[in-house]
Amino acid sequence: MPKDHGIGASQKRREDVRFLTGAGNYTDDINVHGQAYVHFLRSDMAHGKINNIDTSAAEGMPGVVRIFTGKDFEGVGGLPCGWQVTDKHGEPMKEPAHPVLAQGKVRHVGDPIAAVVADSLEQARTAAEAIVLDIEELPAVVDMAKALEAGSTKVHDDLADNLCYDWQFGTDTETTDAAFKNAAHVTTLELVNNRLVANPMEPRVAVGDYSRANDEHTLYTTSQNPHVIRLLMGAFVLGIPEHKLRVVAPDVGGGFGTKIFHYAEEAFCTFAAKACNRPVKWTSTRSEAFMSDAHGRDHVTKIELALDKDNNFIGVRTDTMANMGAYLSTFSSSVPTWLHGTLMAGNYKTPAVQVNVKAVFTNTVPVDAYRGAGRPEATFQLERVIDKAARELGVDPVQLRRQNFITSFPYETPVAVAYDTGDYHATMDKMEELMDIPGFAARRAESEKNGKLRGMGINCFIEACGIAPSNLVGQLGARAGLYDAATVRVNATGSISVMVGAHSHGQGHETVFPQVVAEMLGIDESMVDIVHGDTSKIPFGMGTYGSRSLAVCGSAMVRATEKIINKAKKIAGHLLEASDSDIELKDGQFTVAGTDKSVAWGDVTLAAYVPHNYPLEDIEPGLEETAFYDPANFTYPAGAYACEVEVDPDTGKVTIEKFVSADDFGNVVNPMIVEGQVHGGIAQGIGQALLENCAYDENGQLLSASYMDYAMPRADDIPHMASYVVDHSCQTPCTHNPLGVKGCGEAGAIGSPPTVVNAVIDALHSGGHTHVNHIDMPVSPSRVWAAINGQ
Amino acid sequence: MYSFDIQRPTTIADAVAALSTDEALPLGGGQTLIPTLKQRLSAPSVLVSLGTIAEIKGVCTGDDGAVCIGGGTTHATVAREASSYPALADLAGHIGDPAVRNRGTIGGSLANNDPSACYPSAALASGATIVTNTRSIAADDYFQGMFATALNEGEIITEVRFPVPEKAAYMKFEQPASRFALVGVFVAKYADGVRVAVTGASENGVFRWTEAEAALSSNFSADAVPAAPSGDGMISDLHGSGAYRAHLVAVMTKRAVAAAR
Ligand SMILES: Cc1cc2nc3c(=O)[nH]c(=O)nc-3n(C[C@H](O)[C@H](O)[C@H](O)COP(=O)(O)OP(=O)(O)OC[C@H]3O[C@@H](n4cnc5c(N)ncnc54)[C@H](O)[C@@H]3O)c2cc1C
Repeated sequence: MPKDHGIGASQKRREDVRFLTGAGNYTDDINVHGQAYVHFLRSDMAHGKINNIDTSAAEGMPGVVRIFTGKDFEGVGGLPCGWQVTDKHGEPMKEPAHPVLAQGKVRHVGDPIAAVVADSLEQARTAAEAIVLDIEELPAVVDMAKALEAGSTKVHDDLADNLCYDWQFGTDTETTDAAFKNAAHVTTLELVNNRLVANPMEPRVAVGDYSRANDEHTLYTTSQNPHVIRLLMGAFVLGIPEHKLRVVAPDVGGGFGTKIFHYAEEAFCTFAAKACNRPVKWTSTRSEAFMSDAHGRDHVTKIELALDKDNNFIGVRTDTMANMGAYLSTFSSSVPTWLHGTLMAGNYKTPAVQVNVKAVFTNTVPVDAYRGAGRPEATFQLERVIDKAARELGVDPVQLRRQNFITSFPYETPVAVAYDTGDYHATMDKMEELMDIPGFAARRAESEKNGKLRGMGINCFIEACGIAPSNLVGQLGARAGLYDAATVRVNATGSISVMVGAHSHGQGHETVFPQVVAEMLGIDESMVDIVHGDTSKIPFGMGTYGSRSLAVCGSAMVRATEKIINKAKKIAGHLLEASDSDIELKDGQFTVAGTDKSVAWGDVTLAAYVPHNYPLEDIEPGLEETAFYDPANFTYPAGAYACEVEVDPDTGKVTIEKFVSADDFGNVVNPMIVEGQVHGGIAQGIGQALLENCAYDENGQLLSASYMDYAMPRADDIPHMASYVVDHSCQTPCTHNPLGVKGCGEAGAIGSPPTVVNAVIDALHSGGHTHVNHIDMPVSPSRVWAAINGQ
Repeated sequence: MYSFDIQRPTTIADAVAALSTDEALPLGGGQTLIPTLKQRLSAPSVLVSLGTIAEIKGVCTGDDGAVCIGGGTTHATVAREASSYPALADLAGHIGDPAVRNRGTIGGSLANNDPSACYPSAALASGATIVTNTRSIAADDYFQGMFATALNEGEIITEVRFPVPEKAAYMKFEQPASRFALVGVFVAKYADGVRVAVTGASENGVFRWTEAEAALSSNFSADAVPAAPSGDGMISDLHGSGAYRAHLVAVMTKRAVAAAR
């Protein structure tokens, strides 16, 4: 019987009641008395020198409160980057200034030039049209290879060139070269990991408020990590100490990484609220989101795989250009390095793995973490090159992978991480079973009868989640710790509020976290609520990204709950006149072991707050505990994915007929939510593989600047539920966190893109189009047709 | 959006009068116009809503058997009620999404003449007549290139008359993002010959593929469809080259012929 409460129960998401009935409280729902509105005048040029910004006419327009330009921010810090990468020569990365409003130059379409604060948004927009700009257009650099050419136009004039860093990682060159020299076969693949726009349903919003009475700032913002924003904006941009700055991220309608970062609009609204002595609100339009939300991915890679005569992998070497865009967004520098290079061993025991990454500035929107962040890029190239190798060698892609699997744990990879546990054969077995591989030939024949080509793609993946051990990431350049924190506040009558550093923006924490606490205490979930998203209420935690919430913040919550239990046992021991070491807690009752003497949870909590009969000489009254948890290692979710596609050779259209994921997430607290996370992640991966393409023209104009041209996956792009199986029954619990959980939020988006492309290539080969070894994502109909026809 | 006045006439005559104001624009379902206003790309002083004019709404059958659709009729209504012309009803039923179909109108679509819109291909392939408050315009004279039509300023489409063919079908290959037609082909077989109209493909907007018409008029079968036309003059963008679109013109024509009923 499946459990109906506690850990392992598929409880319905309690937060959905408010989300689905229109009772959510999103940032745009927040209106502060007297608020003004800001409209940002954004650059329509990719690159230009600002000669003059004349705001005089606009200032006199109706409703205008004040107009700001880069000049107003000269004494203010720029937006910081949270991770300093050191390049292969030991030099720190190049860190150009990132002003809140453009200074001197505009560097991408969407770069904010001026901000008009007015009584109404329409007045602000109208006034912005009266600003006279004298901006001299400069040639734009868009293509990364061109940006690296000697003499290229520079995005930042104060830098020597457009290279942010040239990073090398993993096995040394001599050993790696030797592996390739000794190889019986080398497979090479050049590919692009397409630039994406995250497109959360809720666009970004910021409301700045300032209280003159006590010199306190409040920022309401669509963030995945309010404490990170408070720290970055307070300490580095505006110089506001923590106790005078409150950051609130209420209900947030999806983040996918793009709401991790500290953005100019947040700093602007906070700054302007004080400068104008009025609350200032900004709500992004969808058009603005396309040109101001950090984009994702955008790597160009050459990967080589060396195999010995027995098809054992003996070397992997990669050479990647990673687009940073025009400025360094908060975690941009870490994505192609520490979130990407560290995963290049994949699930395989390849002895030599060398990763080379050049990060490049271009006149495009900054690029940063997007669901999976670095790990999808690693998985895609590795699993694509393995598939190509299998095809070149004429061996079964499943067997080739199996023969190279890591099978003993812990395993130290050549790329700095140590996998604690896993069982890659188990997930592969599960995938094969669910996929009905023996039935494929018949399904292919059926498709061929209808004039379609059918292909099957499989691949594995591994990710490093539960981000992250602070001492390790500190050595790697992180400028922050990556622990998390939870405060468990037990109230007098036994109900509980848990204040957590993690932030839920769709994940379901409000349901899952109480399941854990309730299980530990043996009480009903309805007695437990979590509180998140407000720095004035929650302890200093680092928020939600990198599939870390349960693994890191959940662990802090477990530790805090353990402290609660220890103290509660002391109180119970006192009430029962027994030693606390003899007290057992079960089903919400404290019992003296081996007796029928017991006292209920509620009596103990009441005693803590009404300490009339209480061991005041030994313990304090009250029942509230905080724990900070810093993980000992990353967690390593892994799995095997497969899909079947049909390709219409006449039009090039690809449809996904069947998709199977077999994941190992370690222990699972709420199976229904885990399945939902994987369904969503795979939908995003299918979006990347088949549809989504953030494209610029050579002048740096954004071609896919709206849903007219940027294709999001829709329900009918995803296989029907019966053919869409997500399984997480293979469970090797994480060895180093108390719940044994690994994280499931990103897996689907990491594991699925190569699956789809592998399947398309398989389909085309079955149709005799054996010259097609790769198609870059999105594998759109026109690209498939062009590939088939050698165009 | 800039501010504007809105008028809600209940007769064609009142609408025409209201439209004589400088910078007045008719408003159909607003599915194209409202987003344009929101982007501040258009600044009419007056919007004259046609949604309140009963006489330009609805589907009926003319004396000659033609399907007559009021210029203010929504796509959803056409999908539901133009049952005597199944290919046309089917086309209307696959425009956009339910919200678009419940607001957007045939008059708005034909007045806008988006090079990727569906209705222009049906009108041209059917040899439809576009009726306005002042005249009747043959489809062959009406479409004049991307977003360009024979309409004069202030002229409104009151009705569109579609002669019903023996057989017809519309095949739309969707642009992956907008789901407008990357290439859409409407094939209609009449007693006196076959008409083939292509949308989505050409830089000059909807056009008749006369070679295919000739071939299909003598042999109405998919095999008779000629080789793809040249890609010159075809739209080339993020979603496909001119050569790809030209190729799709032939593929979609074949499929339309095969599906015609
Ligand atoms: C999400 C989305 C998806 C869409 N998908 C498709 C698709 O797949 N295929 C497709 O063909 N279209 C599609 N459309 C466009 C849709 O069909 C529009 O409804 C249509 O193009 C315009 O019709 P409307 O009634 O909304 O006109 P409006 O937006 O109100 O007006 C458009 C223009 O026509 C003028 N006008 C309106 N009515 C008349 C009239 N009776 N006489 C003269 N001038 C008039 C207006 O002044 C304006 O200039 C889509 C639209 C959206 C928003």
